[in-house]
Amino acid sequence: MKTSIKLKVAATAMAVAGALGLAQEVSAADEIFVPVLVYRTGAYAPNGVPWADGFVDYLKLVNERDGGVNGIKLAFEECETGYATDRGVECYERLKSKKPVAVNPLSTGITFALTEKVAADKITLMTTGYGRSESADGSVFAWNFPLLGTYWSAADMLVQHVAKKGSLKGKKIALVYHDSPYGKEPIKVLEEHAKKHGFTFIKLPVTHPGVEQKATWLQIRQQRPDYVFLWGWGVMNSTSIKEAIAVSYPRLQMFGVWWSSAEPDVLPAEAAAKGYNGITLGHSNERAAPVHKDMVKHLYSKGKGTAAKKEQVGDVLYNRGMLSALLLVESIRSAQGKYGKRVVTGEEVRWGAENLNIDAGRIKALGIEGMMQPLKTSCRDHEGVRKGRVHTWDGTTWSYTSDWYEADSKFLRPLVEAQAKAYAAEKKITPRDCSKEK
Amino acid sequence: MIYRETGQYKTSYESDQQLFPILQDKAFILIVLAFVFGAVPFLASEYLFRAILIPFLILALAAIGLNILVGFCGQVSLGTGGFMAVGAYAAYNLAIRLPDLNLLVVFLLAGAAATVVGVLFGLPSLRIKGFYLAVATLAAQFFLDWAFARIGWFTNYAPSGSVTAPAIRIFGYTFASPVEKYLLVLAIVCIFALVARNLTRGAIGRSWMAMRDMDVAAEVIGIRPLYAKVTAFAVSSFFVGLAGALWAFVYLGAWEPLAFDVNRSFQLLFMVIIGGLGSILGSFLGAAFIVILPLMLNQMPGWLGMELSTALISHIEVMVFGTLIIFFLIVEPHGLARLWAIGKEKLRLWPFPH
Amino acid sequence: MNIFQKRWMTWVLFGLLAVGAFAPLFSADTRLPQWLEVVLGGLMSGVLYSLVALGLVLIFKASGVFNFAQGAMVLFAALSLVRLMEKMPFAVALAVTVLIMIAVAWLIERLVLRPLVNQEGIVLFMATLGIAYFLDGLGQTIWGSDIYTLDVGMPKEPKILLESVFEGGILVGMEDVIAALISATLVAVLALFFQKTGTGRALRAVADDHQAAQSIGIPLNRIWVIVWTVSGLVALVAGIIWGSKLGVQFSLQLVALKALPVVILGGFTSIPGAIIGGLIIGLGEKISEVYLGPMLGGGIENWFAYVLALVFLLFRPEGLFGERHIDRV
Repeated sequence: MKTSIKLKVAATAMAVAGALGLAQEVSAADEIFVPVLVYRTGAYAPNGVPWADGFVDYLKLVNERDGGVNGIKLAFEECETGYATDRGVECYERLKSKKPVAVNPLSTGITFALTEKVAADKITLMTTGYGRSESADGSVFAWNFPLLGTYWSAADMLVQHVAKKGSLKGKKIALVYHDSPYGKEPIKVLEEHAKKHGFTFIKLPVTHPGVEQKATWLQIRQQRPDYVFLWGWGVMNSTSIKEAIAVSYPRLQMFGVWWSSAEPDVLPAEAAAKGYNGITLGHSNERAAPVHKDMVKHLYSKGKGTAAKKEQVGDVLYNRGMLSALLLVESIRSAQGKYGKRVVTGEEVRWGAENLNIDAGRIKALGIEGMMQPLKTSCRDHEGVRKGRVHTWDGTTWSYTSDWYEADSKFLRPLVEAQAKAYAAEKKITPRDCSKEK
Repeated sequence: MIYRETGQYKTSYESDQQLFPILQDKAFILIVLAFVFGAVPFLASEYLFRAILIPFLILALAAIGLNILVGFCGQVSLGTGGFMAVGAYAAYNLAIRLPDLNLLVVFLLAGAAATVVGVLFGLPSLRIKGFYLAVATLAAQFFLDWAFARIGWFTNYAPSGSVTAPAIRIFGYTFASPVEKYLLVLAIVCIFALVARNLTRGAIGRSWMAMRDMDVAAEVIGIRPLYAKVTAFAVSSFFVGLAGALWAFVYLGAWEPLAFDVNRSFQLLFMVIIGGLGSILGSFLGAAFIVILPLMLNQMPGWLGMELSTALISHIEVMVFGTLIIFFLIVEPHGLARLWAIGKEKLRLWPFPH
Repeated sequence: MNIFQKRWMTWVLFGLLAVGAFAPLFSADTRLPQWLEVVLGGLMSGVLYSLVALGLVLIFKASGVFNFAQGAMVLFAALSLVRLMEKMPFAVALAVTVLIMIAVAWLIERLVLRPLVNQEGIVLFMATLGIAYFLDGLGQTIWGSDIYTLDVGMPKEPKILLESVFEGGILVGMEDVIAALISATLVAVLALFFQKTGTGRALRAVADDHQAAQSIGIPLNRIWVIVWTVSGLVALVAGIIWGSKLGVQFSLQLVALKALPVVILGGFTSIPGAIIGGLIIGLGEKISEVYLGPMLGGGIENWFAYVLALVFLLFRPEGLFGERHIDRV
């Protein structure tokens, strides 16, 4: 009995000692710090892992191949969020002491939670292809950068694509969505489009994590929508495709957002997923671009790669993680262009992200030709570019099956501005006057 | 030696029944209070405030609430996350619809809203017992999760379903920095911990405990089960709702129903069990354990200079967490509060154990 | 208050449930074949819930432990099998997985249950949550956290039946039918095992009264290992079926949450209860989601199952088939 009490006391003491050790700070003055909020475990790991690998690999590549950004090395540290908002906030707070310049949390929920914090802490919040759609309006959302495209752009492009196949009047479009801020984002735009084009819009929410969809697809079988848009993440995507097979819904009429059209989504359904489509964020599973060759040359051949297998370099989500890191690095570079080739601050990187100008020549120089369209940001527009193509799974790989679409700014911009204005009013933010910014 | 009650005479019932009958306990509590109010604000780093102390305090408040229900009244609930959500969304709606209302009043009303919902879902406890009740409370959890995700009015028709809390202004003063927020939360938690302590010492607390120990016997000696159980649900939900409002406003700032999902319920139940059933102190100890342990485990390899992959660290974290839970349950099923009590007993005899 | 204690109220509830289930047929825009599809789909899901619930009931009966780790065991078993199948033929992998599950059961008995003997139910319940965490971490560390395809030769494409009777026919997922058949067989085997074999009788004796069983020489510890092994094997079967449907992935463990309303509805101690409860929950869930969901905004099946169970519990606090509990002072 006596020993057991000692044991207990020892265990408690250990816990207390550990708690005291939590407050420690490390900082290096000659490096730029980039926190990497990822999820490599849990329900969303199959999708989180390739993105994280791509993101980290690009940061490594910049250090290995170029010796950093203009000679300044990048330091980074991963933190596991598990796609949970409170864990994400904790990660952000933990890594904040290292003076990060920009953060890319890969979660719309975490983005919502961080939006106010980053403005106070002066850290740029980059949400490549996700996040709040209205944050494209930089006059209100100075620190948010939904680069490459927002969900509203995605919804708009998908409607353009299906409208091209024939008038949508009297047709039915169903949205199968993840019941979270992420999944709900496109609803507003699709509702507006339903009014404009005269189609019936059916909303079918799927509860987290999305393994229970039988009832959803029975409803689809009953209502027989002409198109199904899929706004899922993680295991929900592959489950949707499997349930579509189980009710014989044609995969050709299914269109996923860019987060619902990657390898982990279609591979579990194997050959049956053939014909499934997705709108891309400007890139698909390109594998042979110069940047991929560099990855292999500088990282994987030396055993420094992050992904488990070399073959994963170039997967859809790997590419997306890589491009996300690339845009972050380019923002740093752009900031250095104005403020000098030194360790820049979060505020300076924000300026850099707002004044990105990646033209065709630069895209070629970066070795990502064909994976990104020319991008130019401004105070007014934090999205930079809103173009995508549809790609289709042929059973083994993705291939493009449409021309380029560009989200209709005339249609979306008023929505973005109205929403941003409402946010500004609620938070008592005075929007910046973009004509005075340079 | 130092911890002796010899010579402290109690000459009236009041002095015998006071909150801390032993002088040394009183002194200790005062020192702790002086430390957390006076010294911690100057010592702790921003990370400590934002990521550890504030969540710890808020969850401790929720754990006290749950402990009233589980530890004192013996009704196991797995719907705590849902009741926290009620508090959070009630506070949000009050704050944006009545912007002139004092935020403290908003928090209290949020607790009251949770009370109403709690009582409603507590009524079945008169018929359903034990694990049946525990699982049945999941009905509250899932229903409330759904309601806040689906009914637009609750989120003020936010298109994404995510809402953001307004700034914390009380009596014209804005609590913005982590230290200010910490002090606000600390004050609220201290007051309500005191309330809880006194409630559980009083007649109502005793009727809860009688209900827990044997409901039929309690009924026989004249305790009305309806009254005892419903008040336990009401008080418990009030605390939990208040904690939910603080969690949303002070800690998260912006949230979605997923922030209050079933995992939160389990987390709180862990705190209560590990900390000690039927102990207010235990709620704090349990909350500290459950909040700090995963963070510590997560950062441990880094301190030890080990280069492990993020995934492996997370896996080890959950494994060690699970193991430690089992370990603590085996060595001390009555929780950390019991360890504390044992320690005090030992201290009484120390250094002459005879 | 008294109305809650009337036994006939249960039948009233069943009646209401039946009316609710048939009600969609009276609506103008419901067609019979579609309704049949929903009913079938609900029953098939129900059988799968029963399977997970069965694991829970077995353990609760024999050791009084509310085993929340059942879901984690499903995931762990399925992960082990699917990763082993990459290296060896199916039969060998299956055998190895069975051995692994036996080892898990033995370790749980040794390291968790034995030291916690005679503790309160809630402490044991928390301990199984600890086991769940541990198995989660362990499974992902050893086997990885990707999504794995488990192919045991289940047909994926649906069949269309009764095309001559209805326009468009009734769509039936063959995968579901086979899964339901496997589950039904398993339940029958378990029932036989409990009724006819010596071990089964010993298990029932332990379930009735631990001390009495021990005093007539039934080794309690061995019985517990057996029960946990059996429920590990049930988890494996559930894991194979769900895994081949959804892919083996972390979320598989959440099927445990689906089984909870089933066990409280059927009663924690009743095997037939787990089966009938599963069918009711599965049916109720799907019909409510498809026909009631659109009116309420969708996504209601999760809480509907729990509310359904809750309503039944108000009238039958120990579930439909649970042991009546008599309080004595």
